[in-house]
Amino acid sequence: MTALTILLVLVLLLVVFGLLFRLQIFTSIFSGTFTRDVGMSNSVNAILMLVFLVGGGGWFAYSFVENFNKMNPPIASVHGYQMERMFWITMAVIGVAFAITQTLLFVYSYKYQHKEGRRAYFFAHNNKIEVIWTIIPAIVMAALIFAGWKAWTRITGPAPKDSVVVEVMGKQFNWLVRYPGRDMKLGVVNYRMIDAVNEWGFDLSDKSALDDFTTNEVHVPKGVPVLIKIRSRDVLHAVYMPHFRVQMYAVPGMPTRFWFTPTVTTDEMRAKLGNPKFNYELACNQVCGGSHFAMKATVIVDEPDDYQNWYAAQQSFSQKNPEVMAALKQKAKTMVTPVAAATEKKEAAPAPLAASY
Amino acid sequence: MSDMTPKPNLSPGVQTQGGIGSAPVPAIEHGEHLHQDDHDHEHHDQHWLWKYVFSQDHKQIGKQFLITGILWAVIGGTLSSLFRLQLGWPEGTMEWLKPVLGGWIQAGKLNPEFYLALVTMHGTIMVFFVLTAGLSGTFSNFLIPLQVGARDMASGFMNMLSYWFFFVSSVIMFSSLFIETGPAAAGWTIYPPLSALPQAIPGSGAGMTLWLVSMVFFIVSQLLGGVNYVTTVINLRTRGMSMSKLPLTIWAFFLTAILGILSFPVLFSAALLLVFDRSFGTSFFLSDIYIAGQALSNQGGSPVLFQHLFWFLGHPEVYIVIMPAMGMVSEVLATNARKPIFGYRAMIGSLIGISMLSFVVWAHHMFVTGMNPFLGSVFMFLTLIIAVPSGVKVFNWLATLWRGNIRFTAAMLYAIGFVSLFISGGLTGIILGNATLDIQMHNTYFVVAHFHLVMGSSAFFGLFAGVYHWFPKMFGRMMDEKLGYIHFWLTFAGVYLVFMPMHYVGIAGFPRRYYAWTGFDAFSQFADMNKFISIAAIIVFLGQFIFLFNFFYSIFRGRRATQNPWNSTTLEWTTPIEPGHGNWPGAIPAVYRWPYDYSKPGSDVDFIPQHIPYSQTQSSNLPYEQELAD
Repeated sequence: MTALTILLVLVLLLVVFGLLFRLQIFTSIFSGTFTRDVGMSNSVNAILMLVFLVGGGGWFAYSFVENFNKMNPPIASVHGYQMERMFWITMAVIGVAFAITQTLLFVYSYKYQHKEGRRAYFFAHNNKIEVIWTIIPAIVMAALIFAGWKAWTRITGPAPKDSVVVEVMGKQFNWLVRYPGRDMKLGVVNYRMIDAVNEWGFDLSDKSALDDFTTNEVHVPKGVPVLIKIRSRDVLHAVYMPHFRVQMYAVPGMPTRFWFTPTVTTDEMRAKLGNPKFNYELACNQVCGGSHFAMKATVIVDEPDDYQNWYAAQQSFSQKNPEVMAALKQKAKTMVTPVAAATEKKEAAPAPLAASY
Repeated sequence: MSDMTPKPNLSPGVQTQGGIGSAPVPAIEHGEHLHQDDHDHEHHDQHWLWKYVFSQDHKQIGKQFLITGILWAVIGGTLSSLFRLQLGWPEGTMEWLKPVLGGWIQAGKLNPEFYLALVTMHGTIMVFFVLTAGLSGTFSNFLIPLQVGARDMASGFMNMLSYWFFFVSSVIMFSSLFIETGPAAAGWTIYPPLSALPQAIPGSGAGMTLWLVSMVFFIVSQLLGGVNYVTTVINLRTRGMSMSKLPLTIWAFFLTAILGILSFPVLFSAALLLVFDRSFGTSFFLSDIYIAGQALSNQGGSPVLFQHLFWFLGHPEVYIVIMPAMGMVSEVLATNARKPIFGYRAMIGSLIGISMLSFVVWAHHMFVTGMNPFLGSVFMFLTLIIAVPSGVKVFNWLATLWRGNIRFTAAMLYAIGFVSLFISGGLTGIILGNATLDIQMHNTYFVVAHFHLVMGSSAFFGLFAGVYHWFPKMFGRMMDEKLGYIHFWLTFAGVYLVFMPMHYVGIAGFPRRYYAWTGFDAFSQFADMNKFISIAAIIVFLGQFIFLFNFFYSIFRGRRATQNPWNSTTLEWTTPIEPGHGNWPGAIPAVYRWPYDYSKPGSDVDFIPQHIPYSQTQSSNLPYEQELAD
C-alpha cells in the first residue's frame, strides 16, 4: 500500500512537473526570451558559479575539519608515522593546486561571462607559459616521486634478521595464524593435506613443523620488527591492518610478506583512546566472496616480556592433535613425494614473482 | 551492400545562412564524382529496417550507441542506488524490494553475495557499456565523419557490425542479471581465483560465463569500431584538413581508438585464458587451492599474471573513457568562450603523452599484490609523470576561459563542471600513484572517490556536454536549456556531495566492496556519513530523470534547431540541419584554417568556420595566413 502511495505521488509530481515545463516554454515564447541568444540566464549561471565556489568551498572546508579526527586512524607502527607525514604533506601540495585551479576556474567563469559588445581576447598560444606550467609540476612531481621511492624501498626492503615471524593464511572467511614454535622455523605446509582439523595442511613429516603452533589472534611484541608471512589457500585475500599502515595481498600459490615494527601496545592504545574495548584489527581488503566484509582477525600488541610468556605457553599443533599427527604420518607416506618436495623448495626460495627481499 | 545506401538528401536552401557562412562552399571534384557514381543507380526509399535498425549510416549508428548507452546508464545507476541503500542503512529492512529482487532478499536483508554482484555489474556496466560504448561509441561515430569532412566511415558495414556486436554483448550481459545463481560477483576486475571457481561464490558460475562471453562480443565491437575510426581519420579527411587542422575532438577520438585497438586484445587474451581455466582444466591463474573441502589439482598458475593482463587493458581503459570527454570539452569550451583553445599544439602533445604513458603505468593497481617492490618503484615513477600532461591540459582549459566572452549553454556548464571534477579527482591520483601511500589507501573508499570523480563523473560530464552540444545536429532540434541548467546544478553539487565525503571514509581505511562496516570498530565511526552519501547519491540518480525527460521530449517536441546554433567553426555545422546519408548534399567543403578562429581581430563576426578561405578574410588574416591567401 505504501509503495502504491509513493508511486502515485511520484506520478502526480511528474504530471505537475510536465505542466510547469509547458507553461515555462509558453511564457518564454511570449516574452521573447525563447529565441534570444544570450539572455538573463547567462548572468544567473555566472553568479551561481561564484556561489558554488564560495558555498561549495566553505562546505568542503567545514566538513573536512569536522571529520578530520575521525579520518585519522591512530598510528601504531614505525613506518606508519613516516607514511602519515608524507600523506599530509602530499595532501597539502595537492590542496594548494586544488584551491588555485578551482578558484581560477570559477572566478574566470564569473568574470568573463558574456557581455554585449565585448569581444574575447584572441590568445591562441604562448610557448613560454606552456613550458613554465610543464616544468613546475614536473619538479614538484619529481620531489614527490623521490620521497615516495625512498620510503617505499625502506618499507619493502628486507626485514631485519632479528624479526619475529608470524604467518597468516587467508581462507573463506577467516584468517589462520601460526607461529614457528621453539625452533623459529616454519614447517612445510601442503595444501593437499588440508582437512577440517588440519586447516593449514601441516606436513608433519617435516621436523620443523612439529613445534609450530596455531592461534586465533595475531600476537606481536612492541618495539620489535615483525615479519608477517602471508598465504592464501583458496582465493585472493589481502592482509590489511590500517593502524599499522600495513597491506599485502594473500595469493594462492605465491607466499608474500610484509614487515613492520609496532610501537604501541594494545593496552597503551586503549588507555590513550579511552576505549577499553579497543582492538587492532586485521581486515580482508580484497574481495573474496559473500562474507568478505566479515573476514577479520584481532591483532594484539604485547610488551616484549608478555609476548615471550605467551609464546612459551602455547602448545604446538602436533601436541594438540596427536591422533591427527599419526594419521598424517600415515597419509604422508602414501602421498606423492615430489609434490611435498616441490613445496619445500618453494619455501626455501620464493617464486620469482613473489616479493623477494 | 549498396542497396542499403539511400539517396543523399539534395534539398537546397538549408545549405547556408547569413554572414560569413554564406560564402560559397568550394567543391571537391573527385569527392563529388565518386559520390555520384555511388548513388546513380538507386532511387527507391529505404525500408525503415535498413534506415533505423540495421543502418550503415554513421549518424544513425552513433544515435544507436547513445540510446543503448542511456538505457545502460539507467540500469547501472539503479544498481548503485540499491547498494547505496544497503550501505546507508545496514540495519534497515529491504523487505519492500522483495517483489523486484525475490530470493536475493532473505529475511528482509540483502544477500551479501548479491551485494557483490550489484557492485560488479555497476562497475562493468558503467565502465564498458556506458562510458566506453555510450560515450566514445556515440561521439566517435557521430562526429568523426562530420568533423573531418567525410561522407561516412571508412566501412559502413563494419561500423554497423560494431554496433550489433555491442548489442549482442548487451543482451548477454543483461540476461545474466536474471539467472538463478546471479550475475558475475567477483568485482568488475574479475580477479581469479574468485572469478574462476563457482565454489567460491555463486556468481562465478553461469553469471561469470555470460560475463566473459558478453565481454568477448564487446571487445570485437570495440575493435571493429576502433579500426574504422583510425582508418577514417587517416584516410578520409577532406581536402585541406591536415592533421594539424583537426578539431581536438577528432584527435581525442583518434588516440582513444588507437588505445582501444592496442589494449582490448590483451583483455581478450586474459578472458580467453580465464575461460580455459574455468572450463578446460588449465592452470594459468590457479595454483595450490583448497576450496569447498577439496584440493584442486591446478598447479603453477599465477593470479598476479591475470592482474597484469587485466590492467594492461584496464589502465588504458580509463583513458579510453576520459580522452573523448577531454576532446569534446575542449571543443565546447572554445566555442562558448568564443576564444581559440589555448595551446592547440600543447593540447595535442599532452593527449599523445597521456596515451603513451597510459600503457606503462598499469601495475600501479598492483603495488601491494606481492609484485616485486622494484617494479613498484618503476611504476610509481611512470604513474606520477602522468600528472604533468594532465596538468598542462587543465592549465590550457583555464587559459581558454581567461578573457573569454562566455555563454553558459548547458553544454558549457557541463564542460566547466568536467574541468572542476577532473581537477578534484585527478589530484588524489598523486596520492594513490605513490606506492608508499598506496599501502594504506589501496582498495579503500579513497580509491573509490578518486576514480568516480576523475573518470566516472568527469566522463559523464563530458558525455552530457557532448549531448547538449551536438543534440541539434543529431535530431535537428534543441534541448531545453533551463532544464539543462537545473540538471547541471543538481548533478554538479550532488556529485561533490557524494564523492568528497568518500575521501574521508577512505582516509580512515574503510575498504571498498564491503557489504557492511559494522563488524569492524576501525570503520564504524562513519555511519552518519554513509547515510549522507547514500541520500545524496539517490538524489543525483533521480535528478538524471530530468535529463532523460529533456532528451526524449526534445527529440520529438524540442525547438527546431538552426543550422549552426552555437556559431561554431567546425565542419559538422556546414551540413544541413538534419544531414542525410552522405552528410553534405553537394560537394564536401574543403578546409583552409584551423578550427578555433573565434573572435579573431579584424573579423566582423566572432567566428570564422574552417571552410572559409583566407582570401575571403583579408581583414583578419595574420601575416603568414595572408601569404597563403595570395
